[in-house]
Amino acid sequence: MEKAKKSYFQKNWWKHILQVFIIGIYLVPFYVIIVMSLKSISDKSSRLSLPERLYLDNYASVFQSGMMQAILNSIIITVSVVLIEIIVGCMAAYPLARNQSKGNRAIGNIFLGVMMIPGLAVLVGVYSLLAEVGGINTYWGIILSNVGFGLPTAIYLYQNFIVSIPKELDEAACIDGAGAFRTFWHIILPQLKPVTVTVIILNGIGIWNEYMYSLYILQRSEMFTVTLKINAYFSAAKQDYGGAAAAAVVGMLPIVIMYLFLQKYFIKGVVDSAVKG
Amino acid sequence: MQKMHKRMNWFYVPALMLLVLFVAYPLGNAFFVSLTKWNGYSSHKTFIGINNYIRMTKDPAFWTSFRNTILYGFGSTILQQILGLALAIFVNSEFKGRNLVRTIVYLPAMMSGLVMGYVLYFFFQYDQGVVNEVLSWFGYAPVDWMGEGIRAVLIITFVNVWQFTGLSMIIYLAGLQGVSQTYYEAAQIDGANKWRLFIHITLPSIYPSIVSSTMFNLIGGLKLFDAIQAMTGGGPGNASHSLSSYLTREYFGAEKAGYAGAIGVFIFAFIMLVSYVLNSAFRKGGERLS
Repeated sequence: MEKAKKSYFQKNWWKHILQVFIIGIYLVPFYVIIVMSLKSISDKSSRLSLPERLYLDNYASVFQSGMMQAILNSIIITVSVVLIEIIVGCMAAYPLARNQSKGNRAIGNIFLGVMMIPGLAVLVGVYSLLAEVGGINTYWGIILSNVGFGLPTAIYLYQNFIVSIPKELDEAACIDGAGAFRTFWHIILPQLKPVTVTVIILNGIGIWNEYMYSLYILQRSEMFTVTLKINAYFSAAKQDYGGAAAAAVVGMLPIVIMYLFLQKYFIKGVVDSAVKG
Repeated sequence: MQKMHKRMNWFYVPALMLLVLFVAYPLGNAFFVSLTKWNGYSSHKTFIGINNYIRMTKDPAFWTSFRNTILYGFGSTILQQILGLALAIFVNSEFKGRNLVRTIVYLPAMMSGLVMGYVLYFFFQYDQGVVNEVLSWFGYAPVDWMGEGIRAVLIITFVNVWQFTGLSMIIYLAGLQGVSQTYYEAAQIDGANKWRLFIHITLPSIYPSIVSSTMFNLIGGLKLFDAIQAMTGGGPGNASHSLSSYLTREYFGAEKAGYAGAIGVFIFAFIMLVSYVLNSAFRKGGERLS
């Protein structure tokens, strides 16, 4: 036993040095932002040193200046976008998975092609479209303009998943006289739970972090999402870095917590969307 | 069954409609706007043909942004493949706490690019920045990291690599875990060394991971926007703009919507071209392997 233990460290000591080094590179930035959020603006001590006492005023001021509203906005937008993507996405995936005719394959390729289109190329068009129909500074404006970009990923994931469901189940239902809709509702839909978790995580993170469209479509501060709120702190002339750091911590916290608890799904989501294709 | 299949096709109509309305139509609209002189909000647009495109070729800030876009895109992609694969191999080897490395390296990839940019801004800031502070411990003078164009571009590239290497690592790890051990054992019996095993067995086996990780990183890098806004806002001057951030500056800052539209159309065409060329190269490579 003693001998085995020794040989483990003889063999692996360099791995542990590398391990500490890598973890350091990745955790020090998070450490710095947390420390900064707990120091007052007049505290000029090193950003690497711990605060002498816990200074929570930054957090208090972040919440007094509308962070709750921003969190609410982010939740409304994220939930709506993901919900639409799930409903529209799994519906669209069903015929693409089951009826692989030439026409449907072409439609499938169009959906995939949209993944490549940079949102920026579309921004000019979306912005002028929304400005014409009064969609600037509205929930529906930001929701609908975001849906298009997550939808192809959702369709792709659902399509791959439905292909793996045995066709015989559909056929049995069809023989029993069920139409397309009832087959989808009773046979396919109940089986989609695992892939739906993947879609929720993958697309939910994307929307929660979304910045570019929100920046231009949501201009009134009551409509700000968490990301925009953080941005406002950083770009404000007062250079309130403590407040900015606190806002950043508040914005990151929900995702960090979810990630630590649901890590398995976060990793599975990326692997499914990347490697299976 | 046949009839049901036809009726099934109605199921993708809502998705198609959403994409037409909010992706295809705006893209067409951007193309139309690119042929006009327009300030972005007035009801008056003047049709000027391809003048915006001609202007683009004579605009030095456009060329700088284009060069930077290529640096952001290809620079990040190359570094992320090397580091991502190295990390995946490391995490795939046996040692205690390897899952902790995986968890922590992947963490920033889940965060907003804007927030990660701001967090690292605190490192590269001139005054009180962490990097300058560490330099001062060793007696070096502080450096104005973001004060010079090409250096700012390299630092932003580094920030993007730092954030998204975890993504490549996860994709490569999935690939490595799918490689059958029997290949290695057979080759080892034949006396192949570690380097040859890596070149002749590992790399071909994880080809699908190489393809998807490269495509993910490249498209992400060519679209880079958030980290630039956070670190420099495109400055100093216009020196660190990507095409994306330069476009928004022209549209919303300089009120040149027509010109911005032209840049948008250019980004679209460029990314499509790059993905097409790369995809066919990868397909050819895949055929040669099998």
